[in-house]
Amino acid sequence: MTEPPHRSPVRLSVNGRPYELDLDNRTTLLDALREHLALTGAKKGCDHGQCGSCTVLLDGRRVKSCLVFAVAADGGDLVSVEGLAEDGQLHPLQSCFVEHDAFQCGYCTSGQLCSALGMLDELRRGWPSVVTADLAAGPNGVTDPEIRERMSGNLCRCAAYPHIVSAIREAATVETRPMGSLR
Amino acid sequence: MRSFRYERSTDPGRAVALVAGEPDAAYLGGGTNLVDLMKLGVARPGLLVDVTRLPLDSVESLPDGGLRIGATVRNSDLAAHPTVRRDFPVLARALLAGASGQLRNMATVGGNLLQRTRCAYFQDVTRPCNKRVPGDGCSALEGQNRDLAILGWSPQCVATHPSDMAVALVALDAVVEVLEPAGARDIPLAEFHRLPGERPDQETTLAPGGLITAVRIPALPFARRSTYRKARDRASFAFAAGSVAVALDLAGGLVRDVRLGWGAVAHRPWRPRLAEAALRGQPATEETFRLAAEEELAAARPLTHNAFKIPLIRNLTVRTLVDLAEDATDPAERDR
Repeated sequence: MTEPPHRSPVRLSVNGRPYELDLDNRTTLLDALREHLALTGAKKGCDHGQCGSCTVLLDGRRVKSCLVFAVAADGGDLVSVEGLAEDGQLHPLQSCFVEHDAFQCGYCTSGQLCSALGMLDELRRGWPSVVTADLAAGPNGVTDPEIRERMSGNLCRCAAYPHIVSAIREAATVETRPMGSLR
Repeated sequence: MRSFRYERSTDPGRAVALVAGEPDAAYLGGGTNLVDLMKLGVARPGLLVDVTRLPLDSVESLPDGGLRIGATVRNSDLAAHPTVRRDFPVLARALLAGASGQLRNMATVGGNLLQRTRCAYFQDVTRPCNKRVPGDGCSALEGQNRDLAILGWSPQCVATHPSDMAVALVALDAVVEVLEPAGARDIPLAEFHRLPGERPDQETTLAPGGLITAVRIPALPFARRSTYRKARDRASFAFAAGSVAVALDLAGGLVRDVRLGWGAVAHRPWRPRLAEAALRGQPATEETFRLAAEEELAAARPLTHNAFKIPLIRNLTVRTLVDLAEDATDPAERDR
């Protein structure tokens, strides 16, 4: 006779709301969101960390939720695409995606949005990327090469990349709420 | 996926005791490789000990100018660290050349060193693989081996180590601080990863149950002039076809000292010591650089699909050395 699967209590804050769950240890953060909290914005594209459609912000940093066991994120503060709009108003980055026609089928979009928010925060912190010429000085603004390199973890099978880049470039110029005050 | 028990430890000694106590236990770091391998059925741990909340997440400058990097420091934090960017740019550039922004936010330094090969046959449980199942055979030797080793391989295994970070660290003479059931010790990174030989399933010299607690980089003032160059099939978010780490010290047009590392060529991050020896004291010319790379590559044995890696690594090495040498002799750059 096989033993029942090992389970653990998991506490998460998701888009500012606290949840207490009891999950099979094998449950990823992505499956916890989609299957247990009915938050299906984060998408399961490859489920192997290669496509980026599951990207969420965990404790303010962009991560691939398909490669995090929910139990390992216990106590974490999570923001998914459902947490971006406020009082029925799209987040400025979302508005830029609409204005720039930055998606076709939309499957990768929630991952692109969360990734871009995390990425813009990394840029504001002065984190370099592999295309940053002067490592010590840091990135020289929100340039297209910097955006493209930093967004390489998010694939778009419709290849809306040029519009995604221009949407992010514009979003970087408008006043965006800092990550800590997303909610 | 096999069901597993989950434990979280905040004490390194306790974590080691937990993992050493069970033959099928594993440490869980950022999970970027292990969680994937569990989904693929390649890794089937019965107990995961989460080490990400151990107090090993600081980067500490050492009195002699070196650096101690805690094992749970995330790749993105290390790459963004001001001291790393200033004193060891080769390390920052190698980190930034690896994976994607999301994965670098997750991946830890210790986990990066312990990640498994991306050989497609290792990751496919329906195909024979000596690394997965000792004695099973190697599917890659006569299979699709374009991405695999040219140096130090054995008929049992032709896998490569996939890390970019480790290529920079091996060039920098990094030392891995480990805590094993028998106690703490230091392992030079150059001796940390094994060549496959007869036992490709044994990838490191870390004792069973051992935990990486830190990586120490000794002072190397001339590493301020160092860089990492990676060739890959697409411009970003791809493993290396070949990569080089270089730190160069010039004096009067001669190579006073040099550190090299090669990636994607062997079962471990490769330290081309023959090439380094051939460079020391020699004029910093393209010809010298080429001869030195070729001396190291004389031992290369290409597989059916990867002979291109020999000129690739040679050219990457020569071009990166030339660029660093020009940088060093440019009057505007010299005093930077």
